[in-house]
Amino acid sequence: MINNKLKSKKYLFLIKVLSFFALFLFWEIVSLISNQNTFPSIINVLKTLLIEISDGELFFHLGMTLYRVFISFIIAMLVGIFVGILMGNYRRFDAFLDSWNILFLNIPALVLIILSYIWFGLTEIAAIIAVSLNKIPNVIVTIREGAKSIDRNLLQVALIYKVSKTKKFFVFYLPQLYPYIIAAARGGIALIWKIVLVVELLGRSNGVGFKIHEFFQFFDIKSILAYTIAFVVVMIFLELFFLKPLENYARKWRI
Amino acid sequence: MATSIKINVNSKIFPTKDKEDQTYAAIKALNLNISKGEFCSVIGPSGCGKTTLLNLIAGLDKDLKGEILFDGGKKLDDIRIAYMFQNSRLLPWLNVLENVEVVLSRDQKLKHRAKEILSVMGLEKFLKFYPNQLSGGMQRRVALARSYSSQPELFLLDEPFISLDEKMANKLREMLINLWTNEPTTIVFVTHDLREAIYLSDRIIFLSKAPSKVILDKKVNIRRPRKLEDKKIETLREEILKTTKDIFDGEEKNA
Repeated sequence: MINNKLKSKKYLFLIKVLSFFALFLFWEIVSLISNQNTFPSIINVLKTLLIEISDGELFFHLGMTLYRVFISFIIAMLVGIFVGILMGNYRRFDAFLDSWNILFLNIPALVLIILSYIWFGLTEIAAIIAVSLNKIPNVIVTIREGAKSIDRNLLQVALIYKVSKTKKFFVFYLPQLYPYIIAAARGGIALIWKIVLVVELLGRSNGVGFKIHEFFQFFDIKSILAYTIAFVVVMIFLELFFLKPLENYARKWRI
Repeated sequence: MATSIKINVNSKIFPTKDKEDQTYAAIKALNLNISKGEFCSVIGPSGCGKTTLLNLIAGLDKDLKGEILFDGGKKLDDIRIAYMFQNSRLLPWLNVLENVEVVLSRDQKLKHRAKEILSVMGLEKFLKFYPNQLSGGMQRRVALARSYSSQPELFLLDEPFISLDEKMANKLREMLINLWTNEPTTIVFVTHDLREAIYLSDRIIFLSKAPSKVILDKKVNIRRPRKLEDKKIETLREEILKTTKDIFDGEEKNA
């Protein structure tokens, strides 16, 4: 049984590797039969990537983008968790804020970005606000769901033993929300970094989005792809070395 | 260390869920005095409001007509209370030791109170285990340890040994009696098992069907330490059942 399971696991891994190479191969074939400028070979893209890395440009812009992702992520999570808990616990808050939330959920990201730039100027703060506002409603919806499904029985235990308010919140209440917080964080990072690029493209003078805009002006597809690869790799690392460990920590008691 | 309780509940009324103008009276004119350090069991037909009574005493439910006083006038906030529920209500994200320590004061923690009680209960090898890794009986033991380590002046138990096999239940009953003998406290113990009640208590209160009131107040004069297989327990059980046949249906005897 176990042996079989192991075998099928290996087999599935093999399929994954093969699929990756198939994609690579497919790309190379298309690149061969089409214009090298609009559809460059992966080899050339990687060469460009190395050049960009070696002159330091790429790391600077990558750093700027990550910084914006990080700040917006923190703000969106904190505000979203706070409001989500309020809305999940108090019906009046929920009734009052629900329509706002639906409205914000449905405003296109682009509109929020442009309005933010118009109202707050082409500034860093405007950029951060625009990104956060795009994410907050999603966080709220997820956390509210969690807050509604809180196990009151455990809170009664805190009440009986006259546990302090802070302890009650951080030990009895918040851990019940961890799965929801992690779900929100997961979806959050994925959405935020995509929006940050648009924000940079529209009104910042550095960051990956800005660079892609610049390359677009020169139809420099190789560089666009090089930056994309670099960025995707960074985000995958973030998932593996930040979100995954966080999730494992929060789930350590689920055997 | 222990407290006395004076219960005068004129009425406890629940609104009926579907029909707003209708109400359901769970308790009516229930008067009961429990003295310091007494082990008092409460027996009644299912749905007669035993849990409701405990919740009123514990302050989990504050909506009542009447009053419940401790130590001749103290408020609930001034006494240390413990409550063991039908299910263990442990925090799944804390290990055994943390689950007990979470309800302790700093002073109690410094005295290694949690470890002490946990070893008395034979759990010293499981301090780092999470509740999910323990059997139902062991979870109940941790819950008992948590309750007792908080050094309660009043200890409420709501059918705490239900849905355990008889052997495990007997072991826990013995543990409870040992703890209570070493560190006396006032106990209100809800059960529907007459044999259990006789084995454990100084006094048994029989409640009527809802709206519940006291229909029989029986002292248990069997010398401690008692043995489960003691004939006197069986004799008293039969005597109670004979004199008040319908006691389990909550019918008042016709004297």
